[in-house]
Amino acid sequence: MTLDALNYWVSFILMMIGFFGIVSSGNLLKKLICLTIFQVSALLFYISVGYVKGAAAPIIKDVIIDYVNPLPHVLMLTAIVVGVASMAVGLAITVRIKEEYGTIEEDEIAELDFKKHKRESKKK
Amino acid sequence: MQEIVVLRVVVRLLLPFILMYALYILFHGEVSPGGGFQAGVIFAAGFIAYSLVNDLASLQKILPHFVVRIINALGVLIYAGVGVTTMFMGGRFLGFSAFRVLPADGQKLGIMLVEVGIGMVVFSVIMLVFYSFGERSGDDS
Amino acid sequence: MIFANLPVLLVIIPLIAAAICTVLPWKHSPWALATFATFASFLCICKIVVQIYAGSTIIYPMGGWLAPYGIEYRIDKLSAIFLLLISGVASFAIVYGMPATQKEVAENKQKFFYAIYLLCFSGLLGVLATNDIFNIYVFLEISSIATYALVAMGKDRRALVASFEYLILGTIGATFFLIAIGLVYSMTGSLNISDIAIKIRPVVNTIPIKMACAFFTVGLALKIGIFPLHLWLTNSYTNAPTFVSSFLSGTTTKVGVYILIRITYGVFGHDFSYIDLPLGQILILLGSVGILVASTAAILQNNVKRMLAYSSVAQIGYIILGIGMANVPGASGAIIQAIFHGVSKAAMFMAAGAIMLSVKGVRLEHFEGIGRRMPLTITAFIISGLSLVGIPGTAGFIAKWYLLQAAIASGMWTVFAVIIISSLLTLTYVWKIIEVAFFEHMDAGRGSVNEAPLIMLIPMLGLSFITIIFGVWPVYMTGYVSQIVTALFGG
Repeated sequence: MTLDALNYWVSFILMMIGFFGIVSSGNLLKKLICLTIFQVSALLFYISVGYVKGAAAPIIKDVIIDYVNPLPHVLMLTAIVVGVASMAVGLAITVRIKEEYGTIEEDEIAELDFKKHKRESKKK
Repeated sequence: MQEIVVLRVVVRLLLPFILMYALYILFHGEVSPGGGFQAGVIFAAGFIAYSLVNDLASLQKILPHFVVRIINALGVLIYAGVGVTTMFMGGRFLGFSAFRVLPADGQKLGIMLVEVGIGMVVFSVIMLVFYSFGERSGDDS
Repeated sequence: MIFANLPVLLVIIPLIAAAICTVLPWKHSPWALATFATFASFLCICKIVVQIYAGSTIIYPMGGWLAPYGIEYRIDKLSAIFLLLISGVASFAIVYGMPATQKEVAENKQKFFYAIYLLCFSGLLGVLATNDIFNIYVFLEISSIATYALVAMGKDRRALVASFEYLILGTIGATFFLIAIGLVYSMTGSLNISDIAIKIRPVVNTIPIKMACAFFTVGLALKIGIFPLHLWLTNSYTNAPTFVSSFLSGTTTKVGVYILIRITYGVFGHDFSYIDLPLGQILILLGSVGILVASTAAILQNNVKRMLAYSSVAQIGYIILGIGMANVPGASGAIIQAIFHGVSKAAMFMAAGAIMLSVKGVRLEHFEGIGRRMPLTITAFIISGLSLVGIPGTAGFIAKWYLLQAAIASGMWTVFAVIIISSLLTLTYVWKIIEVAFFEHMDAGRGSVNEAPLIMLIPMLGLSFITIIFGVWPVYMTGYVSQIVTALFGG
């Protein structure tokens, strides 16, 4: 475990924290936040791939010779936008779920659905 | 809501600087970090700060809902329009070199137009998300 | 100028139409604009397919920057047939969907509904047209996020929960896909698919590339709906609006299949993917188990839309089985199954939706006696159902024939047995519908039940007859598919 690979270790740990949070959380809002953590770990991974030791940020200045690879930065700007868009849709759906069900806990939602639709199939 | 004089005065003083800073980031996107997306977010943040201190209703008097939707459509159409114009001028889609005689000048013009379009879209999307969440009836906190 | 820029026009026209759609004030104008944009893309694709069929590959560098520095669009025979499927199903579905959407989506939300549909359509076409692997991720996410929003617009409140579940699983899949792209980029330094195929040869046996193949497969498995990762599919297709179910069932999973074929054959090379790595055996196992479990679950369902959703999972199992066997008839069978499952399943969801609108319910008891009141609708349903079973004379039979040939060629007799048994299971659940529709009598309390309006009938019957035409006269299709597969294996 060299210090050069520290970035990749952090990225992997963030990925697992996010993934564990999605799987084990009962609250819909917590799931969305852990999903964002999961996506951020991928961003960190790309930026670490593009790093050149001892080089400067990719903004042109006359005295600097070495620049970090700018392509992963550009790709990650796009990925950030994608993450924002999916979080926005997720939050909108969560607001609507709260209005319809009155709760955002996953087990309570499943309970309400089970009760309502068991009653329906009994009514038949 | 309790009126806090300090907040209202400070936001009123800062708001033009926030909007000017957003425009600075937009136009300096090629020589410093920034560009369309960041500029749009900061521009929207200025308006949202104003609305947090006063009501949502007073913001909607300045910037009605349908105006924001039109800015949204206009931004997408500017971006796509630049692409289609370059196709008409003989280049490929988004081939900005077709705009001017020197390819470098064409690229600068094309990127600037496209960034303005992106800024408009991002600004309007964030304002629309804020309006949609804020307009829902129920307990506001 | 138009003909030179066709690859871009087919993606840009729906995108521009989506922006305009959000600000249209008149009542039917969003639907009209959406139909116009869908048909315009369909016409561009028809022109491209004519060019491709004659033998060329279309390459279009975006912005004039040539590959590998720039993003390029590349349409070859494999892309062309999937483009035809997506735009064809969309054209039929948008015409079909007008009466259903009028009833199911609120009046003031219709312009946003059609705008989101156009974004989804544009994203799906973009995935198929592009040759840059990160561009595939971006377009895939555009179409997926639009899909989450479309599914959430269903009338039932369970559509919201289904859409949320789909969002979480879909975004996890897309992030795995993104990490895989990062791993491939770190080893090859390029993002262009044709360029990666060359640069990956010397590094193909290293750990990052093997991990990348694993991440790609898991990410795409979530998008396609392969057996253990299919749970979002059943809830989403059941609770989505009628137009959305019929459109999505024919398109989104097939685009995932296209990406899987392109990456495992085009980027990694089929020797590495299926023979060096155990990917072939895993896909065969998951495919077979998926077919059997999902077909059995479909038989036990009472809600017809949920039954069709489980049937989708089973049919996707066939596609994965064909890809996993990694020989020429297997890949051909997989591609034909993908195309014609899209067509048949869209027709079946359209028929179920039309019946649901007339009878106001979608459980099996609502279907009683429908055969006499809505004969044409049930005909479309039954023809597509027979294509799923694989009756000779339909295109589904051709796909199953190729899959059986592939099973014999690789000597896997269990797979052969699985395909035969599952055809019997499929026949069981299709027969359930036929029996209820023709041999039971309609409840007197149902009121007047009329045939579906013409605007819904023509797309349904059109799609069903496509399966029959290509089932009875498959020469052109099989010739084309064999050209695709030769290019995949030889190139």
